[in-house]
Amino acid sequence: MSGVWVWIDHAGGKLAAISLEVLGVGRKVADGLAQPLTALVTGSDVQGVADAAFNYGADAVLGADDPSLADFRVEAHGPLVAKLAQEREPVVLIAGASTRGRDLSAWVAAELDAGLVPDGIDVEISDGKVVVTRPVYAGKLLADVQVTDGLQVISVRSRALPPAAETEGSGEAEWVDPVVAEDDLATKITGFESSAGKVSLTDARIIVSGGRGVGGPEGFEPIRELAQVLGGALGASRATVDAGWIPYEHQVGQTGKTVSPDLYIASGISGAIQHQAGMRTAKVIVAINTDPDAPIFKLASYGIVGDLFEVVPALAEEFRRRLGG
Amino acid sequence: MKVVVCVKQTPSTTAVFRVQNGSVRWDDPGGKPNVVNPWDEYAIEEAIRLQEKHGGDAIALTMGSEESKEALKTALAMGCTEAVLVADEAFEGSDTLGTAHVLAAAIRHQQDVQVAVFGKQAIDGDTGQTTIQVAVKLGWTPLTFVSEIKELDPDAGTITVERLLEGGKETVSSRLPVVISVVKEINEPRYPSFMGIRKANRAEIPTLTAADLDLDAGSAGKAASKVDWANVYELPPRDTSVEIIEGDTVEEKVKKLAERLLAEKVI
Ligand SMILES: Cc1cc2nc3c(=O)[nH]c(=O)nc-3n(C[C@H](O)[C@H](O)[C@H](O)COP(=O)(O)OP(=O)(O)OC[C@H]3O[C@@H](n4cnc5c(N)ncnc54)[C@H](O)[C@@H]3O)c2cc1C
Ligand SMILES: Nc1ncnc2c1ncn2[C@@H]1O[C@H](COP(=O)(O)O)[C@@H](O)[C@H]1O
Repeated sequence: MSGVWVWIDHAGGKLAAISLEVLGVGRKVADGLAQPLTALVTGSDVQGVADAAFNYGADAVLGADDPSLADFRVEAHGPLVAKLAQEREPVVLIAGASTRGRDLSAWVAAELDAGLVPDGIDVEISDGKVVVTRPVYAGKLLADVQVTDGLQVISVRSRALPPAAETEGSGEAEWVDPVVAEDDLATKITGFESSAGKVSLTDARIIVSGGRGVGGPEGFEPIRELAQVLGGALGASRATVDAGWIPYEHQVGQTGKTVSPDLYIASGISGAIQHQAGMRTAKVIVAINTDPDAPIFKLASYGIVGDLFEVVPALAEEFRRRLGG
Repeated sequence: MKVVVCVKQTPSTTAVFRVQNGSVRWDDPGGKPNVVNPWDEYAIEEAIRLQEKHGGDAIALTMGSEESKEALKTALAMGCTEAVLVADEAFEGSDTLGTAHVLAAAIRHQQDVQVAVFGKQAIDGDTGQTTIQVAVKLGWTPLTFVSEIKELDPDAGTITVERLLEGGKETVSSRLPVVISVVKEINEPRYPSFMGIRKANRAEIPTLTAADLDLDAGSAGKAASKVDWANVYELPPRDTSVEIIEGDTVEEKVKKLAERLLAEKVI
């Protein structure tokens, strides 16, 4: 067995943000194991993606470029990656823990009966093995996990690890044929409603969230405005989603999104344990709450005890002035 | 139509964890340490709706200990027509792959299932990988992160669903059988009815073992596991104590806060 492989997630001919992180982890693992790093590129019209992978540190690019791979369908991409891995026997396969990366890594591990460690937030090399640190029990505990035997399939969580640096890499990609013909695929993608334009919560560096303290749908306006001034995404507690004040896609927490921004501003959020599960790994947490005993203050680095309807607009104004926006 | 829904019993969302001599223990301040995995409530609801619409059976399935029958009782009380416990010492210590082998065998054992419904993920391991792996083991099509079943025709053997992905919503059609995982947007789970609870308490829940499922020893359990989970530990405490920003006016407070945040280089 030899080689470290990373599966590249991409859209519209560009690397997904998480792919830079995956290439960064891949480089670290490849160097630690003294193995070459191969980027797997599967899709249609993906020469540009292959070139970008070289530019972010891949030693080799292997993949398939075919119309049947244009959409991400795991039943097309999974068997292809599984077959390549079976033939060429890499030591490690790493993907991002996006919806696609999760599906792909689980597929390959199942098809090859390989060990799978999802959702890593850190990786170290020990005795020739990749040891993956990952949160369990909604982030209340951590586990150091490793695959004991054979191919090690790993996925890493978005924004947990540093992205690869850009280099002047170049090379020739090796293209193979897809393994499942279009007619043999059970699924057809018939529509896509893009939420492009909105800042995605999981990729956001800054998140401003509102809780029941906003009082109603209109109460999100100042929160939304502060998010805009800071170039961040809008988050929410479940209480506000359940009340129908804001769509579910904004929910942060155990039954919403798990986020890991540099800055998380919680306004009018009490900080219930299920909310914490989704945001406690944020680098800096700011709490704005009228109740000095709210549990969110136990987690926060900075707090302002006060009415969010005064504090949040004032903060937006302050940053607008300072950032000149 | 026959629908199976896979449910797992997990620690409650408010459970407090401790690690003692390498093993994980938990308790719940509310006195209910174990619950149906919250994501699986949506899966149960969707399975019941399919059964109500298309007839046939909605069978709840769990792999776990005798105690996880509680999760099956909840599923029955909500409206599942049958429940099956899959339990065997040989299954203990399974990794996701082992779990997938067992669940796939148990689904196959029900015969003629057209849709198997899963939750998005289990809140203990938080892996969200079982759905795909069961689909691969069954040779069925996986459809993950489903936010709506738009159309299902058991006779034509087709299904159309909407999937909730990072970049938007995808509509995809497939031939049956399928293994789907559902997200919270799909429905609003019902509460068990009083009659449902009474019925569930009286129900006989059959147990399937490794022998019933014709599973060889190498496919599940600790010995077959390829993942070493031994090193679980408590989180290092967040190394911050909160600084409450004081000031005479709101303007003064936000000015101080802005300075702190700029100094932290997070903006
Ligand atoms: C199975 C399960 C899963 C769950 N999953 C999630 C999840 O994913 N995400 C999630 O968030 N929750 C989740 N919850 C719900 C969670 O337990 C809490 O109920 C929820 O987080 C509370 O939301 P909140 O903080 O907005 O509301 P509250 O707890 O009501 O807090 C409102 C806060 O606003 C403050 N406030 C009021 N007015 C103002 C004002 N004018 N200015 C400033 N502050 C003000 C109050 O002091 C209070 O602290 C889950 C619960 C369960 C049982
Ligand atoms: N032991 C189990 N018994 C029944 N269903 C399970 C079991 N483990 C996982 N599942 C199902 O698989 C889904 C994903 O679980 P996981 O991959 O562990 O996050 C859950 O939401 C359940 O629907």
